Amino acid sequence: MSSLNKSPFLRIFVSYLPLVILFFSVFNEFDFNYLKLDYFAFNFVHLLIFFWTLRNPDKLGYLAIFFAGIINDVVIGIPLGISSFCYLILCSVTAYIRNITLSPNFIKDWISLLFTILLINSIQVIILDLVFLIQVDYTNYLINSGFTFLFYPIFFLLFNFLNERISDQTND
Amino acid sequence: MATGRDDFVIAIRSAFLKKKDKQKFSLLTLIFLSVFVIILSNFNFKAIQFIKIGINEVIYRSSYISSIPENKIKAMIYDFKSHMDLYENYKQELTSEKNIEQIELLNNFLNSENKKLRDLIDESISSEEIFAKVLIDKDSPYLKSVVLNKGTKDKVKLGMAVIDEVYLVGQIIEVNYSNSRALLLSDLNSKIPSVLEPDDIQAVVSGTGGDFGIIEHTQEDYKEGFKNREIIVYTSGRGGLFKPGIPIGKIDKSKTEKINFFSDFTQLNYVKIISYKVGGGK
Repeated sequence: MSSLNKSPFLRIFVSYLPLVILFFSVFNEFDFNYLKLDYFAFNFVHLLIFFWTLRNPDKLGYLAIFFAGIINDVVIGIPLGISSFCYLILCSVTAYIRNITLSPNFIKDWISLLFTILLINSIQVIILDLVFLIQVDYTNYLINSGFTFLFYPIFFLLFNFLNERISDQTND
Repeated sequence: MATGRDDFVIAIRSAFLKKKDKQKFSLLTLIFLSVFVIILSNFNFKAIQFIKIGINEVIYRSSYISSIPENKIKAMIYDFKSHMDLYENYKQELTSEKNIEQIELLNNFLNSENKKLRDLIDESISSEEIFAKVLIDKDSPYLKSVVLNKGTKDKVKLGMAVIDEVYLVGQIIEVNYSNSRALLLSDLNSKIPSVLEPDDIQAVVSGTGGDFGIIEHTQEDYKEGFKNREIIVYTSGRGGLFKPGIPIGKIDKSKTEKINFFSDFTQLNYVKIISYKVGGGK
């Protein structure tokens, strides 16, 4: 890893990695659907935004998140602006948690994530179903929220590792 | 109590309005902007449509390029599965090929008879076919749709049928300059007027969000008669968008409402976009 720190290109790449992963995942609608496992899907983008806007918001700008939402809407074919709105609601919750928390606690973050994803998925369902009259499968949304919640600890470890690397580089 | 409420208000205000060093916009500004975009996308003004088409063009192409590694993985998984199922598939092919020559002869006769009868009533069906490549096939848990590489420049129009080999897979719901989006039959919002043969019962095939469809708007007593029989679902041609007789799927013998589609929507690479014109005279 020390050799990684020496290369200027890799240093820049690592510092922009959360942003790269965000755009890569919205372009790909990353949710492991092609495994064809029934009732298995999770929203990776929600986990990514939740972690980075909570722990290191400088690495994931709100404007980038807004554009990522627009791209996500176009790729999955829902009316423009809905994902952006939901992602920004997620950001506002993390910003609020950051403001009221003195020492970060994983369990509290995890429980907050559950409430937040239930809130934003409800908002998305309400907008799609009641405003745009697009029928959606509530079960899929619920399962997706459940798996997103369950997968947070795994991605927390991965993102935390990456965050430490980025912080080390900044301190160097 | 008042202090607690003040703290809450300060935390909320700070979360929405305060910008960090590297943030160029406050959260509140961007939330208002996204609400504005949602409202605008509800309108169909010419200017908004052009902007939408522009955004779609750029994003679909970029998404296609960035999906290449994912598509390679998908293809590898599919190849591995088909390799493992090779013997089973071979056995199925053997049984299905047994009567193929007889069926083909009968089919040719029925086709020519059908043509004569249409001539008698002075009716003709003409069609235009456009071959398209599937650019994006996300199989999202929310909306089941695919993006195709043909658009208005290739004369693709809203509502055209999308066919895989001879089977109906969906219809065009969005057209841009060089690409278009097709809603698959498996989507919850897909409703196709159909006919159940050999009983000649009119029904509507609706998507479920899964990899099968269901029959709607038929009477319960009909469904009882479907048990342990082979019922094929075709388009009925009602509504005028599709020609009658495009195969959609087969009714599951165990569950009389469930339709197993003939086409595997996860394996669509190339499809035909077809428009039909049913009219009197030639």
